[in-house]
Amino acid sequence: MTQKYLLSIYQPDGEAPPPEVLDPIMANLRELNEEMQAKGVWVFAAGLHPPSTATVLKAKDDDVLMTDGPFTEGKEHIGGFTVIQAEDLDEALEWGRRLATVLNMLSVEVRPVVGG
Amino acid sequence: MIEQIFLAEYGRAVSVLTRVLGDLDLAEEAVQDAFTTAAEQWPVKGVPPAPAGWIITTARNRAIDKLRRESKGREKHAQAVLLQMLQHQPEEEVGDVPDERLRLIFTCCHPSLALQAQVALTLKLLGGLTTGEIARAFLVPEPTMAQRIVRAKGKIRAARIPYRVPRDADLPERLKAVLAVVYLIFNEGYFDKEALEAEAIRLGRVLAQLMPDEPEVWGLLALMLLVASRRQARLRNGELVLLEDQDRTRWNAEQTAEGQDIVRRCLRWNQPGPYQIQAAINAVHSDPPTDWHQVVALYDQLLAHTPSPVVALHRAVAIAETEGPRTALREVDALDLDRYHLFHAVRADLLQRLGEDPAAALEAALERAEHPAERDLLRKRLSLATANQQEHPDQHDQDHHDPQPGGHSTGL
Repeated sequence: MTQKYLLSIYQPDGEAPPPEVLDPIMANLRELNEEMQAKGVWVFAAGLHPPSTATVLKAKDDDVLMTDGPFTEGKEHIGGFTVIQAEDLDEALEWGRRLATVLNMLSVEVRPVVGG
Repeated sequence: MIEQIFLAEYGRAVSVLTRVLGDLDLAEEAVQDAFTTAAEQWPVKGVPPAPAGWIITTARNRAIDKLRRESKGREKHAQAVLLQMLQHQPEEEVGDVPDERLRLIFTCCHPSLALQAQVALTLKLLGGLTTGEIARAFLVPEPTMAQRIVRAKGKIRAARIPYRVPRDADLPERLKAVLAVVYLIFNEGYFDKEALEAEAIRLGRVLAQLMPDEPEVWGLLALMLLVASRRQARLRNGELVLLEDQDRTRWNAEQTAEGQDIVRRCLRWNQPGPYQIQAAINAVHSDPPTDWHQVVALYDQLLAHTPSPVVALHRAVAIAETEGPRTALREVDALDLDRYHLFHAVRADLLQRLGEDPAAALEAALERAEHPAERDLLRKRLSLATANQQEHPDQHDQDHHDPQPGGHSTGL
């Protein structure tokens, strides 16, 4: 019986790093995703466009309010995420550690998914 | 009788039931139920021949009853656990139950939990302390402590923190975390909470029993025993007494002997680590007069293992004895420890020994010290220093004594 975990990647707001920095990181990330797939750990992964492209919706009475921009403005935002399935937190943290190493300096939050 | 069995067996019973039930809360509840039953029955029927086995069997039966009731509803989880338990129903009243406490310790001290949560869980699940007792020991309101424990248990369950001993590759790091938790509990008891100090030593003994081949486990136990052995001499009417001025007849000879014995065994092992080295330093202090050259050598070794300004400060105290206060002061002044009260207390002592006015340094120490016993001692030294300066403004004060309140390594 495995448990799914959401690995969220937090990155600072602002410009993405230049290609000479970003490209090797993306290559390593692809490699890690492939390893996760080969091991049957990988469930889903995605990178996200910047928070400025976000739209927030919230129901109020009979109406749904729409706001331009991310839900909260902070110094950091979720830049992408990976969902994995692991035996337990130790295994999930091990993959999280690998992800954090690849993403050098970005924080990775590991959180269990409800219901498996 | 039942109290002793509670102390000795609570953690073990919880650890066994946690494995069987797969849930800390259920396990704790069942074990508490079993002890309540014991408190009712044993005085009347007598203590059973294998009390530990009796507690575990009773707890298991209680849990089965509870799960039966719950599985009549549509509790899937309860049904599954119940089925598993009935299939693995062991022979009646086991006398010799496997010890599962190691798993429990490593779960309680999982690095994904905040240190405070690790400490609280360890005391509650292994030590059998109540939430109220733990809250009082750490001076937080009981609801805060209760919340901290509930949150930690919830994380263990939801995030699936595994209930097992870490694999060999992870063991050194994970063991470090466990030892840090036990030592933190010990230090919390250092001044006035003797029960915590005793509890930490008890946990240290459990660890040594469960991991007899880990030298650092023994090193921590020896360190705690040697520091604790001086407890009665260290405090006189709530006042701190420096090592030099302690009444040695009040040292606990049994603890000293046991601690020194373990230190000797560790030396033969020859796999030194920070706890073993600190224990060795305390063993030297326990064998007066202190051989300061040996203490300096041990601090050099400790610095190589754990380079830290606090260790360097303690080393400087020993240097003052072997090379004089001037050299020591030079080393102390190079340390970036302005926020630490002992830094200023040590400076004050060295200045005094060099015939300079220690008042400013003592005031700085007093500003930063928190514990009443330490503050009292500092205040006393400050008023002495001020009086001294007024009486003999030009005379060098040659008063010579151990320059610190607090700090185990310097040997209080």
